[in-house]
Amino acid sequence: MAIAGAILSRLIKAAITLLAIAILNFFLVHAAPGDPATVLAGEAGAADEQMIADLRARFGLDQPLYVQLARYVGNIVTLDLGYSFRQGQPVLDLILDRLPATLILTLSAFWISLLAGVALGVAASARVGKFTDTLITGTALLFYATPLYWAALMAVLVFSVQLGWLPGFGYETVGSGYSGFERALDILKHLILPALTLGLFFMAVYMRMTRASMLEVAQQDFVKTARAKGLMPSLIRRRHILRNALLPVVTLAGLQAGQLVGGAVLTETVFAWPGIGRLMFESLAARDYNTILGVFLVSAAMVIVFNILTDLVYRLIDPRIGHKA
Amino acid sequence: MTLWKRFITNRGALLGLAILIAVILVALLAPVLYPRGPWAMVQRPFLVPFTTDGLPLGTDTLGRDVLAGLVYGARVSLLVGLVSTVMALLIGVPLGALAGFYGKWVDEGAMRFTEFFQTIPNFALAIVLVAILEPTLTSITIAIAIVSWPPVARLVRAEVMSVTKREYVDAARLAGLSNMHILIRQVLPNTVSPIIVMASLMVATAILLESSLSFLGLGDPNIMSWGFQIGAARTVIRSAWWLSFFPGVAIVLTVLALNLIGEGLNDALNPHLARKGRS
Repeated sequence: MAIAGAILSRLIKAAITLLAIAILNFFLVHAAPGDPATVLAGEAGAADEQMIADLRARFGLDQPLYVQLARYVGNIVTLDLGYSFRQGQPVLDLILDRLPATLILTLSAFWISLLAGVALGVAASARVGKFTDTLITGTALLFYATPLYWAALMAVLVFSVQLGWLPGFGYETVGSGYSGFERALDILKHLILPALTLGLFFMAVYMRMTRASMLEVAQQDFVKTARAKGLMPSLIRRRHILRNALLPVVTLAGLQAGQLVGGAVLTETVFAWPGIGRLMFESLAARDYNTILGVFLVSAAMVIVFNILTDLVYRLIDPRIGHKA
Repeated sequence: MTLWKRFITNRGALLGLAILIAVILVALLAPVLYPRGPWAMVQRPFLVPFTTDGLPLGTDTLGRDVLAGLVYGARVSLLVGLVSTVMALLIGVPLGALAGFYGKWVDEGAMRFTEFFQTIPNFALAIVLVAILEPTLTSITIAIAIVSWPPVARLVRAEVMSVTKREYVDAARLAGLSNMHILIRQVLPNTVSPIIVMASLMVATAILLESSLSFLGLGDPNIMSWGFQIGAARTVIRSAWWLSFFPGVAIVLTVLALNLIGEGLNDALNPHLARKGRS
């Protein structure tokens, strides 16, 4: 029951947040230089006075602002994200078409970064102050300072151009005619570099967090008790310290998931990965505002879903949460 | 003096400081080093590095000096990083301070507002803002400030809350000082050290954000920046690696330096917490 209630309150909060983003979107379009009619006319590729006046009437731009706002929000509630004149398709169709690729990429990057980050953090904390620790912390510091898109470009240069190990471009081999298992393997090969480079920065974040958290929990009394009982150090580390140290890492991972979606714009641009991030990049050059704002709204929705999922995971690994609320 | 001593005995922080000073010097001396500016076409395009005198890092797709671009790029990175951080502090510090000091509905309202901005994927918001406001140095700086202030507000709120509980604040109240006076003169000065640490890390993040926006073609079209150099060279990565390599190294070094300084400051300001509990 407690969980159902918590989910319901999270969903209501999510709906309010999305509504607020829709309103923000509306005012952003109005803040754009020139009114939306001239923007639309520009997107459609022609702009004489008569056409702009027609467009104003057609899209209700001659109505008062609050009527326009109500209409815009109404459209979004019914999942109408507008029309992309540049691509000749409704924005929602464009996004749905590309969403799977982005989900595959961000989820892979998320798991890679979380697992590798936690593993490295635990390894560093076990040898704190020694060479291994210095090496891991130093590498993390370096990844932490590396721009995502540059890491991606350098990975293409080394692993794709120089060594020829992995493809550095696209989602699958075009015209290969693969199907079933072969196709999955082909996509996996294309996925490795984008997922690794997108995960690199976040791996550094989770590693630092895990290390700090492990060291902090190791100071607590129940760990001393476990040690006094004569348990093996590796067992104490796994069962007693790690389980408690993971809690803040999970919280942080949920918050960071949102940044992962933003980072996908960069990674997808470098690797020509056909997701919504690449769609946003293409729309930037074309000044296709409907699509840009549509991708923005959908990525915010993805973040909210990520956050609700983390919340649930958190409840599972720490039953105390449900009782407190 | 002990603070400074603690800071300079930290090897990482010292290295960071040395790199940062070098970058600042280069940025300041740019017009002296390259009076013709970063856009001048000086030689034939695609000159390989270390092959021509006077052009140690080679030339780009249009025959511009890569090193001159790097030197001018340092100006933009540092300027945007610094100004956007100051702006983010100007939004986050007052909001967090009021929320933490007054509590109740002020706190509730301010925190809901902050939470909303934290939910929005911040890089995507920055892209949308710059794309719609037209890419200029000002719009980029504002966009970065808008996406960077929420953590400041949360930090300041938490600090102000804990400081406000101390006895000397009660004493100030008894002495009849006004709320504003207590908040500004008695409470805020005691929250400065964590804010300084956070600010130095924020400059680093802002530099990464600025370079990412420029990489996507959302930089100010009149200003040479590191992100722009990499973005322009993206399509020729197979034939001219150096065009994207060197600006990237510049970004990594600068951001690394700022992170090292931030950590050094953190350790120096909180000696009892040093080497512990950071994320």
